[in-house]
Amino acid sequence: MTVREIMWTWFYKLASPPYVYGASAALAPWALGGAALAMGYGLIAGLAIAPPDYQQGEAVRMIYVHVPSAMLSLTVYTLMAAASAVALIWRIKVGHAVAAASAPIGASFTILALVTGSLWGRPMWGTYWAWDPRLTSELILLFLYVGVMSLRLAFEDPSRGDRAAALLAIVGVVNVPIVHFSVVWWNSLHQGATIVRLGAPKMPGSMLWPLLSMWLGFMLFFAAVLCIRLQGEVLNRERQSTWVREAVKS
Amino acid sequence: MNVGLLEAFALIVRRELCLSFRRPDQLLQPLVFFLIVTTLFPLGLNLQLSLLRDMSPGVLWVAALLSSLLSLDSLFKSDADDGTLEQLALCGQDLTVIVVAKTFAHWLVSGAALVLVSPVVGTALGIPTEAFLTMMLSLTLGTLTLSWLGAIGAGLTVGLKRGNVLLSLIVLPLAMPLLIFGAGATDRAISGTSSAGALYFLAALCVFTCTLAPFAATTALRITLE
Repeated sequence: MTVREIMWTWFYKLASPPYVYGASAALAPWALGGAALAMGYGLIAGLAIAPPDYQQGEAVRMIYVHVPSAMLSLTVYTLMAAASAVALIWRIKVGHAVAAASAPIGASFTILALVTGSLWGRPMWGTYWAWDPRLTSELILLFLYVGVMSLRLAFEDPSRGDRAAALLAIVGVVNVPIVHFSVVWWNSLHQGATIVRLGAPKMPGSMLWPLLSMWLGFMLFFAAVLCIRLQGEVLNRERQSTWVREAVKS
Repeated sequence: MNVGLLEAFALIVRRELCLSFRRPDQLLQPLVFFLIVTTLFPLGLNLQLSLLRDMSPGVLWVAALLSSLLSLDSLFKSDADDGTLEQLALCGQDLTVIVVAKTFAHWLVSGAALVLVSPVVGTALGIPTEAFLTMMLSLTLGTLTLSWLGAIGAGLTVGLKRGNVLLSLIVLPLAMPLLIFGAGATDRAISGTSSAGALYFLAALCVFTCTLAPFAATTALRITLE
């Protein structure tokens, strides 16, 4: 078999609901364990060991929750749009299941980023909320998540709702670079890019490593929750098929 | 009968305009809504004219967005209800051309009309005459972009019984950059500084949506019509 053939076989396998159900059931505990380890280290190192910031003092520790959740809010949206595109283009039903399963998780991360951000903003900027480009575009991201989720539910025919929501998710992806680059394009109250930038990160290792570890932990946590939700989605969507009846019976 | 792309475009635009002018009440309602909403702000806020002038770009643009949204619901709805839309989709002509023509005709009777009314509203809100040109230019670009965004939203919600609120929920987040730059351009024109940057950004958004949104709107219609 050529590489191309192997890739296509893998692709087809990934598109089969029983395989996805089994794989996500097998992956979930590993991702959850990894998330616990990475977040455990990140929390201990970030909250207890890392030094307080010379300007912001102890309030800087908000970063260990705020930044990973904000990053995840974008990553999850991109993943949702990619899954939607795969589902629309190749008519792979599992793609819709992935998009439907990840939308509420992404919306939760967005809310978490907004809430932690405003709690952090209170002592630092003196206000819970500012109509700043990055804050506003993050809020738009939340509205987009809500729009995609409600559009999916609005249709009586679920497959039509799936495709409509998929299209909206793809259209909304234009907002992702706006959120990401808003601090670069506009003079913003929010601080600029500190980690993902050309050249070395503008942050000492004692703060950077816990932060990266928290990010990894958030990613793994997302993977775990996605796996769990995906199982439910797939079971619900395939409830008429024989393999689900056998899986539920055993 | 073989009809070329441009001919089909012209035929649909003519049909849409004909239909709109036979129902002048529906044509006027969004415009009256636009006037009423802008009247509500000074009444509710009880402002001095100088304060009102500071707020006027935002008020004007919010009212324009809302009244455009109001008329968007009718973009595909009546044709979908009586089955015309399905016939158009089946007629062998590229559906994208039909969508482009319908959206353009819709913009002519809603967006362009709104731009023409805007000086009246602008005067009432205390916007100086020097800023009218920028205001109308930004509104032209803005309503055109909004019509395209709205075509996607209307295409997605056309099959739904209560799609109106959902349509707003879908379109408004996408339209927020428009509001920021449109109100920004008008604001700068009022204060006498150059509004070129914001206008260029609006024009870029307009070109971006004009080129990509027709395909998204067509796909949306295909999904809901199937």
